[in-house]
Amino acid sequence: MKEITNIPVSGYINQYNDSVKSFKPEMSELKVNAIKRFEELGFPTKKSEEWKYTDVSGLLKNNFIPAGKELKLTAADIKSFLPVDEKQIVLVFENGVFNKGLSQISELPKGLIAGTLQSNFNHDAVKNHLGKIAVDNNESFVALNTALFHQGAFVYAEKNFNSEFVIQLLFINDARINPSVCYPRNLYVAEQSASLKISENYYSVNAINPAFCNSVSEVFIGENASIEICKNEAENKNDFHIDYTGIFQRKNSKLLINTITSGGGMVRNNLRIELQERNCSAYLNGLSVISGESHVDNHSFVDHASPDCYSNELYKGVLDEKARGVFNGKIFVRKDAQKTNAYQSNKSMLLSDDATMNSKPQLEIYADDVKCSHGATTGQLDPEAMFYFRSRGIGETTARALLTNAFAEEILDKITITQTREMLKSLIHDKLTKAE
Amino acid sequence: MNLLEIKNLKASIEGKEILKGLSLTIKPGEVHAIMGPNGSGKSTLASVLAGREEYEVTGGEVLFKGTDILELSPEDRARKGLFLAFQYPVEIPGVTNANFLKTALNEVRKSKNLAPLDSKDFLLLMKEKMKLVEIDKAMTQRSVNEGFSGGEKKRNEIFQMAMLEPELAVLDETDSGLDIDALRIVANGVNSLRNKERSFVVITHYQRLLDYIVPDFVHVLYNGRIVKSGTKELAFELEEKGYDWIKEQTPITTHN
Repeated sequence: MKEITNIPVSGYINQYNDSVKSFKPEMSELKVNAIKRFEELGFPTKKSEEWKYTDVSGLLKNNFIPAGKELKLTAADIKSFLPVDEKQIVLVFENGVFNKGLSQISELPKGLIAGTLQSNFNHDAVKNHLGKIAVDNNESFVALNTALFHQGAFVYAEKNFNSEFVIQLLFINDARINPSVCYPRNLYVAEQSASLKISENYYSVNAINPAFCNSVSEVFIGENASIEICKNEAENKNDFHIDYTGIFQRKNSKLLINTITSGGGMVRNNLRIELQERNCSAYLNGLSVISGESHVDNHSFVDHASPDCYSNELYKGVLDEKARGVFNGKIFVRKDAQKTNAYQSNKSMLLSDDATMNSKPQLEIYADDVKCSHGATTGQLDPEAMFYFRSRGIGETTARALLTNAFAEEILDKITITQTREMLKSLIHDKLTKAE
Repeated sequence: MNLLEIKNLKASIEGKEILKGLSLTIKPGEVHAIMGPNGSGKSTLASVLAGREEYEVTGGEVLFKGTDILELSPEDRARKGLFLAFQYPVEIPGVTNANFLKTALNEVRKSKNLAPLDSKDFLLLMKEKMKLVEIDKAMTQRSVNEGFSGGEKKRNEIFQMAMLEPELAVLDETDSGLDIDALRIVANGVNSLRNKERSFVVITHYQRLLDYIVPDFVHVLYNGRIVKSGTKELAFELEEKGYDWIKEQTPITTHN
């Protein structure tokens, strides 16, 4: 396998060499180390347990070109991706590059920063956390992002900042001219007793060429603080998206993260949550509504490193045509993490005989006083329910749409960012209604 | 004209013949009770009429308002005015009763080239029908049958019937699992929907329900055929004597 994977590796190392001069000097140590790690790790193959069901060889066949500084998107290109409310703060990243002209930036409340990582490199929070939360843990895509990123979003809530304010982030792939790759790198920090709500959205403009988005987000939730993140992945069917989100939680902190995938050709989400101190809670939910030949892989790792923490995970999938889903969720309870409560569930609905789901819920427990459960179910539309609908005059297409929407809505209802939830409900509803 | 004409209907499931030449004629406005021992084919008849696909019709015909419905999908039968009240209503998590009914009503209306009911008219209609079976507003906002008690499920079936206003309603053991109060509510709902045009097929194991929903005719189904027909007095006779005397009178052979 090494011969096959080496060629793409050198291509990406060339990308590094081409852009090394443009990196900020403060970043050089981080980046030098990252590219070394990437070179050591290479790309994963299906022999790796973590990549058993997700084959990246299709991704590696492409000759992606990193986006230049030149911005091409127009307001018309992204109109449909913008939130309805024009007063919302929206930061637009075009192939990973901040597009100020298309962003909606009004005055932020005191105590909140929402801007680019690049313009905040000197902020203490960046110095303290960047590159320290998303360490590679043998994940070459994390090393690759660290080596090659230029920009991303920096959202920061200072101590006691508390509001319902939502920051919308729009990451748009534009592969109209050539196959494109980008490496967005985000950092979200809620200091002690602060709260943050972030809507992270991934879209593509229509293009024949594929795009590859290798995104990494680092999240720090301080003592008594809370963060809600909603990830909306709705890219083109020939696009690749590999995301890694690393989260550190401190004492009494709360996390809600919902990942909604309705597009993309190959999507891999890695979520790693470290409950580092007592009494943290983490809610992680996911929904994949996919068709065609899309492949969506949700990997999660919840590290219960301290006592009295709670985690609850629910991932659902509605898979049609030849779509493939993967769920690999691991709950890891360390020896000292007594009184842990950890729940995990994966439920999938297969709408066609050609759709497949690989589900692997895992518990690894070293403490003895814990409550943990996990489970996975995969099934088809309930024929009894279908007959019940039809016996009331509801045709098959409508019945199917109602049933699949009801299944999906359980996840969408967990999003508390109203605009994002309603937008996603309508997006998922349309997708499931047209699925016939 | 007859509302329903079942002629020599034969049906089987998984290769086993259950209905073995059943015939029944129902005129508009009539209530027919179908009684019979377990395994006689009562629920099969309900399923075949509603179009459950697991059952294979191997002979005969079913004319509803003059057209054979055996080739029609379940939804098309419902749109023509046929309604089945389920013995075991299905729980549908995540779909509210109101949304379910609004969808059903509007699909039926669409098939008749009628404009969909808007929310206001729908709510008014629902309010009117809710009274019939003592359904409260909270129940319409709950997921269809989810977590409902046995009585609530059956009341919900009759509520759906009231909303959809079918011409023929088949009640499949609607009395099973009901206590006397729930039975009375359900029966009152059915009685309030009786009129000159609407007919009912009331399938039941016990005579008890027929004290409340008084039938015009009673038929005994046994071994896949109607072996005895009469008026409501027949139900009393069955209650008194049980089904054994019917079994004794009916040799288990086919008379083809």
